[in-house]
Amino acid sequence: MKRVLETKEVAGQSPNYLLAKVQDLVDWAVNASRANSLWPMPFGTACCAIEFMATAASRYDFARFGMERQAFSPRQADVLICAGRLPFKLAPVIRRIYDQMPQPKWVISMGACASTGGIFDNYAMVQGIDTIVPVDVYVPGCPPRPEGLLYGVLLLHKKIRGESLFDRVPRRDEQPLDERGLRLSPEQIDELSEPFGNSIHQFRSA
Amino acid sequence: MNPSVDALRATFGNTIGRAEESCGDTIVYVARGPLREVLAWLRDTPEQGYDYLVDVTAVEYRDRERPLEVVYFLRSLARRVDLRVKVELDPSGELAVDSVVPLWRGADWLEREVYDMFGVTFRGHPDLRRILMWETYAEGYPLRKDFPLRGRFSRAEQVRQALAANPEAHYSLEELPIAEAFDELPPEMKERLRKGERGKVPYSE
Amino acid sequence: MTKRTVELALATPGTDARGAPTRVPLALAPAAAPAAEPDVAGEHMLINLGPQHPATHGVLRLVVELDGEMVVRVIPHVGYLHSGFEKLGEYRHYNQIIPLTDRTDYLSPMANNVGFALAAEKLMGIEITPRCTVLRVIACEMSRIISHMVWLGTTSIDLGAFTPFLWAFQERERIYNLQEMWTGARLTTSVTRVGGMMADVPDDFVEGVRHFTRTFPKTLAEIDRVLTRNAVWVGRTQGVGALTAAEAINHSLSGPMLRASGVAVDLRKDKPYLGYETYDFDIVVGEHGDVYDRYLVRLEECAQANRILAQAVDRLPQGPLNVADPRVILPPKSRAMNDMEAMIYHFKQVMEGVKAPVGEAYVGIENPKGELGTYLVSDGTAKPVRWRIRPPSFINLSVLSKMAEGHLLSDLIAINASVDIVMGEVDR
Repeated sequence: MKRVLETKEVAGQSPNYLLAKVQDLVDWAVNASRANSLWPMPFGTACCAIEFMATAASRYDFARFGMERQAFSPRQADVLICAGRLPFKLAPVIRRIYDQMPQPKWVISMGACASTGGIFDNYAMVQGIDTIVPVDVYVPGCPPRPEGLLYGVLLLHKKIRGESLFDRVPRRDEQPLDERGLRLSPEQIDELSEPFGNSIHQFRSA
Repeated sequence: MNPSVDALRATFGNTIGRAEESCGDTIVYVARGPLREVLAWLRDTPEQGYDYLVDVTAVEYRDRERPLEVVYFLRSLARRVDLRVKVELDPSGELAVDSVVPLWRGADWLEREVYDMFGVTFRGHPDLRRILMWETYAEGYPLRKDFPLRGRFSRAEQVRQALAANPEAHYSLEELPIAEAFDELPPEMKERLRKGERGKVPYSE
Repeated sequence: MTKRTVELALATPGTDARGAPTRVPLALAPAAAPAAEPDVAGEHMLINLGPQHPATHGVLRLVVELDGEMVVRVIPHVGYLHSGFEKLGEYRHYNQIIPLTDRTDYLSPMANNVGFALAAEKLMGIEITPRCTVLRVIACEMSRIISHMVWLGTTSIDLGAFTPFLWAFQERERIYNLQEMWTGARLTTSVTRVGGMMADVPDDFVEGVRHFTRTFPKTLAEIDRVLTRNAVWVGRTQGVGALTAAEAINHSLSGPMLRASGVAVDLRKDKPYLGYETYDFDIVVGEHGDVYDRYLVRLEECAQANRILAQAVDRLPQGPLNVADPRVILPPKSRAMNDMEAMIYHFKQVMEGVKAPVGEAYVGIENPKGELGTYLVSDGTAKPVRWRIRPPSFINLSVLSKMAEGHLLSDLIAINASVDIVMGEVDR
């Protein structure tokens, strides 16, 4: 019993029963309103952007999940959906767009190329946007079906509902670039970008 | 074999190299010096009339003995005939060819891409700078055969260099009078500007 | 209420009596924009459009020098989607490159697959079966329709009309259903293989295409009714971004950009492939080369593509789909598992790849965006020495700076939309 109370204190929940219930109510209200009206910022680059547009169109329609207004300005967006592959030339752009978004913000990495670099394990492609911006939900697929993207959005809803305003350790920390100019350490980036599976055999030109 | 080859040999003699046929297409090799003259003749002579430039690209072979080729795909719209003209360059020597932008304006971006990917300089091009990679890209020329598939630097170094680039950089010779990015230019561009080469792109015709 | 019908009398024969391509006399639409004045007081603004921008149709960056609302200069910066396709192709077997071709022009993936397969087959000297030929025509024309539908939807959003976007994407969903029925994927189809196709069409497919060809003209007529005679649409697109025929040819434009300027060149008529000379269709040629003409050309091209589709499904022959060459086409799995020879062929193809003879081949096809060319150079191995994509959008985009000077900023958006670029192909 004592252990449970301790973790709740670290997490920021009050030990007082009534106050904790009020906190829960506030959290529920805030998270529900955040989750139910996530305004996406479509950072659409390639083929996944077309599936994103198909998800926005009338057959799959993510407006019914609250994403009615696509915010093309990062200042008014909640979730950055990186739909498509991200070359190195575009890396500072997505970092700047992410930095311009106000808190609370989330990132959905849509597609294999945004999540891991996809089939493009070469000189030009960032091997996963999580080397540049922190990612909340990864949606696999090449491209993911609209239902897949919607599932990813619903997973994000679930994640948002599990958050709390009263966390001592803020979940929504900024994760800025460090003095090297990187978000992760070089060893971490190299390890994340290591080729795996079939691609380790496909670096021979002849 | 495209009859233009015989017409070329009749007009230009020895500067026209060998002519080959591959999968039904005619390829004629031209020396680097008279290239622009030959292509201008092909475009302007009424019987030839290659008024449409389909593509400009380069090929480097895996065999180190073979030269690097710059390939021009020409087409005569009226006669519906294609011709491929190739220039051979020594990869260990100076990779430079005359630009054909004065003949076909469509070659503008195509030659910039060959420069970006292979490092071939096009003399007389109004605005020769990288087009697909960013201007300060330091790893080299990606489509060369000695350039490894995953690049020369480690992934972390590539990410670091990419994030350090300024996304609002203005690097064209036209933009520089208005923007303030002179310090970030690569040295060879600064040199060209210092010498007063201001690329004004003339839209003739 | 009387119904007015709008006739799109655009179809002109491709050749005149002598067999030369017809040139429609060019007359610029009136109301040219006022000329830009030199910047004496230094008050021009330099603004940056993109690379993340809703109206740039992908990750295109336009640096625009503005005198008030008027564009003095626009400099496009591309390369924000450069993915190293051509380098990657040198490390892949020919059949492994086919999935890569889906992702260059991702709005018309089947057409890209066909273009690459034709070049590989020309290089290897393979002749495909009649059934495969007709199926590839179906694939190309379906791709033409979906590409033009994206273009229509996004352009009308850029110019303020939201509803055609939903109609166009609904039509795309119907073709996506057919594509998914055939290949299993909506967008990244990888439908061709060297020497044939990935699979034969299922039973419902032909009826599905027929149903589509019967109902698609209704949507086209709806879109036409909403846009073509609409005062806002006409006002924003007529006279904007005009190019003469000589300029279009000199800039190596292709596709609707070239034809809207009055140049009657279409690779399906000039250098027919896949038996296009046996189909009954018109190529659509414009007159003024402005944004409005490009819209009319693309709209009518959808109608013509529909016409070709109807003919193609009627003439789809029975017979084998792939060539009968076991060195090129994988044997059916049941045979590969039971017959030693078939297993060896399967092994060689998968592990070593299909080797192409020494040589090179170029095939240009009439993609929805323009002439998509594939140039393959082989040194006798299973991986090409050079795979060059001749990108129509890249070359069409290079003329943007010329078209937009002297126009307003909102016209720049319309002109950029009319070029019909897809950044995957521009940057490769």
